[in-house]
Amino acid sequence: MNYFEHDLESLHQELVSGRLTAEALTRQTLDKIKQDDQQVQAYLALNEEALATAKELDQTGIDPDSIWSGIPIAIKDNLVTTELPTTAASKMLTNFTSVYEATVVEKLKQAGAIIIGKTNLDEFAMGSSTEKSAFQTTHNPWKLTTAPGGSSGGSAATVAAGDVLASLGSDTGGSIRQPAAFTGVVGLKPTYGRVSRWGLIAFGSSFDQVGPLTRSVKDNAYLLNVIAGADEHDATSSQTEVPDYTAQLEQGVSGMRIAVSKEYLRSGVQPEVKQAVQNAIATYQKLGATVDEVDLPNAKYGIMAYYVLASAEASSNLERFDGIRYGFRAENAQDLDDVYVKTRSEGFGDEVKRRIMLGTFSLSSGSFDKYYKKAAQIRTMITDDFQRVFEKYDVLMGATAPTTAFPLNHESQDPTQMYLNDSFTIPVNLAGLPAMSIPAGFSEGLPIGMQLVGKPFDEATLYQAAYAFEQNTDFQQATPQLGGQE
Amino acid sequence: MNFETTIGLEVHVELKTKSKIFSPSPVQYGAEPNENTNVIDWGYPGTLPTINRQVIANGITAALALHAEIEKHPHFDRKNYFYPDNPKGYQVTENDRPAATNGWIEVQTDQGPKKIGIAELHVEEDAGKNTHGKRYSYVDLNRQGTPLIEIVSKAEMNSPQEAYDYLEGLRERIQFTGISDVRMEEGSMRVDCNISIHPIGSSTLGQKIELKNLNSFNYVRKALAYEEERQAQVIRSGGTIGAETRRFDELTGKTYLMRVKEGKDDYRYFPEPDLPSLSISDEWISELQEQLPEMPESRRARYVKDFGLTDYDAMVLTQTKEMSDFFDRMMELQADPKMASNYLQGDVNAYLNDQQTVLERTKITPEALASMIKMISDQTISTKMAKKVFKAITNGEDPAVYVKEHGLVQLSDPDQLQPIIDQVLADNPQSIVDFHNGKDRAVGFLVGQIMKQTHGKANPQIVNKLLMQALNK
Repeated sequence: MNYFEHDLESLHQELVSGRLTAEALTRQTLDKIKQDDQQVQAYLALNEEALATAKELDQTGIDPDSIWSGIPIAIKDNLVTTELPTTAASKMLTNFTSVYEATVVEKLKQAGAIIIGKTNLDEFAMGSSTEKSAFQTTHNPWKLTTAPGGSSGGSAATVAAGDVLASLGSDTGGSIRQPAAFTGVVGLKPTYGRVSRWGLIAFGSSFDQVGPLTRSVKDNAYLLNVIAGADEHDATSSQTEVPDYTAQLEQGVSGMRIAVSKEYLRSGVQPEVKQAVQNAIATYQKLGATVDEVDLPNAKYGIMAYYVLASAEASSNLERFDGIRYGFRAENAQDLDDVYVKTRSEGFGDEVKRRIMLGTFSLSSGSFDKYYKKAAQIRTMITDDFQRVFEKYDVLMGATAPTTAFPLNHESQDPTQMYLNDSFTIPVNLAGLPAMSIPAGFSEGLPIGMQLVGKPFDEATLYQAAYAFEQNTDFQQATPQLGGQE
Repeated sequence: MNFETTIGLEVHVELKTKSKIFSPSPVQYGAEPNENTNVIDWGYPGTLPTINRQVIANGITAALALHAEIEKHPHFDRKNYFYPDNPKGYQVTENDRPAATNGWIEVQTDQGPKKIGIAELHVEEDAGKNTHGKRYSYVDLNRQGTPLIEIVSKAEMNSPQEAYDYLEGLRERIQFTGISDVRMEEGSMRVDCNISIHPIGSSTLGQKIELKNLNSFNYVRKALAYEEERQAQVIRSGGTIGAETRRFDELTGKTYLMRVKEGKDDYRYFPEPDLPSLSISDEWISELQEQLPEMPESRRARYVKDFGLTDYDAMVLTQTKEMSDFFDRMMELQADPKMASNYLQGDVNAYLNDQQTVLERTKITPEALASMIKMISDQTISTKMAKKVFKAITNGEDPAVYVKEHGLVQLSDPDQLQPIIDQVLADNPQSIVDFHNGKDRAVGFLVGQIMKQTHGKANPQIVNKLLMQALNK
């Protein structure tokens, strides 16, 4: 079995026909992960119980009506699971195992998927390189000296390495799309409210969304089919009906109205990235779509607004990590304040502390009106910008990130430079829109990602546009060669 | 120098919903520590709140009872602070757009009725409880997430007595809505006071002091009276009042400094992103308005007008909604109003005092009491027998069944009584002679004999009547 040679449908056929057992698939998957992870280091925990689960499934029988039945899937380690520890890549949750399970994980299990392991991330999903993990550095399978992006770097890298067909990530400001771009996989951030957040360790509650990372567009749509939908545990989850996201994949883009954000042309964008977007425009035009350039005048304020709002929410969301009820507690505290100060000083990493301070400051009396309130106004303006575009267009396209994967350790000196990496993805989170990154080219052996943004709850059209592009280009066919590098 | 007093009160009322405001855990007292909790109450990673609609409905009901303006789009906010009984590190409350604003209640003061304004009313979650042992402190999260309504008065009370009257009025109205037990002693009603004084004629208010640890209305009144005097003395002796929180000590009757307030606490309020804004429809408000139980003053007027009770009786019967509902139900059952009122104020209240309980926690039902009163009215039983029957009612027994089973039915039928009377007269000729000689004692003796023959069941009035007829023949 080789994930590079199978898509979900063909693997499902193998399992249903009995030519492959879930147990064998799971064993091969675990073996490959163990081998690849010596270099990639995508996993914080591997599920050795998965073999028993797969065996049980073989006995009861693969469900021919559930395409994920018997398929191993990796889960970002900020989604709580009962069988494996959940750490959010933070010392604060070292050895923490949840007593309840995230809704998305429950849904996957119900569909028969095998939870194969928990993937690395930037601590509490705060970062763009996965280097902010308290435990390990994940390497980009395309070039091990480069970052896989982040924060869902582990989930992206393991799919790119061909360890699994699919993984779950989370996206607050680009944390699915940017690593998908850096590792040449398909990553979707659904519309805010499309997927339940119950069991997702909160970072920026009004931004966070769980989404799928896969090798192909169709597999991605199949995964969204499973995880989307209203959840009584999440008051912000939407009642909007969930369509079959694979239904209109093959309808093509003839007559589709596509807008291109001029942003990808601005300075700081790598020439090869610009070229890839221009090539994509040409491809879409050839396929019968109309492509026009549009302006999102307020998008440039997105980063500032985002770092105020998301950090404000994060500062509050992370207050529960206080050493009182669960997780890490510092030794030798003298009194209550000491418990708080020592636990949080020792338990959180620098990037998390930076955002807590930023958020705490922007919520403080005297700052609230100047920062939080102003940022909330910018958020509304950016949302309005997008809405105007979507009055005339079906899809907005552009680059996912300004560059291809950057080298590991390159950004540690300047966090604000790092924040710019998310300038194309962040405005989408501010507006709560669905967006995906798909492979659109290479530069010096590193993948380039293209971002497609859609109308609220119109993931189906995004998939349709992405699928047409994928079927008419061969970027998705390329596979990284692990080993022999360096 | 003479002073004027300004008092404002913040009252927390615990709602008696089945489940918590943001989690499905039950709301109930007396459970083992942390028994009524789940992952949401623990502030566990990845958990999210969902709104208990009943709490929102109760907030609107309270607003209606307090004549407040209802916010159509209330939104919850986070109030951030660290404390072990606050598991998320923030309390979810309503800061920017509270459930209702600008209400009032009318209270009876020594100077007559006075309207006291209510600034706002907001819905929020309660915190857990910390207890401190020798080596460890313990956190019980059973109370965490219990729904509260905070009712913030305007600073419009001018004496400790007015504050007391306001609390009585507020407690009564909330109690009649049925959304809370409003019992200070059980913590389902809690009061914080703000009090300041300023020289008469001065237009600026004095520095206010916050008072805590007030466990009854009486203590509120005492603490305020003490504080009024203390502040006056401080100012008269040339001192100034600083911003402080003070604690009332029940034993000494004095207030003591808890902490000096340095600057304003910064709770970093911001909109709770996990909960969408609510939309309160006019239909929902009218529905709740229709369901709003009749308020006490209207009941009192009705009792005087429809049932001929005195103002005093009407007042006593409307001390609690349960008592008043009980009385109303007895009236539906056609019980005699005066007798019903007397029994509720007499035997029933005595029983409640004796048992140290409240009406709704006993086995006494309006059906049973009404049935007993009817039996007294139609002379089926005597008031003396009624004592036994009442006792049976408190044990949950049906009075009619009890009376029958214990043969308590009063003998009132002249056809049955006449032969017994005739026999007693025949057996005691001397008494008849004595009667005619003017010895009144003879009648008492003969009645006694008749009662003895009937084992005490003869209706004394009928016996008297029949006996006198026989003697005077």
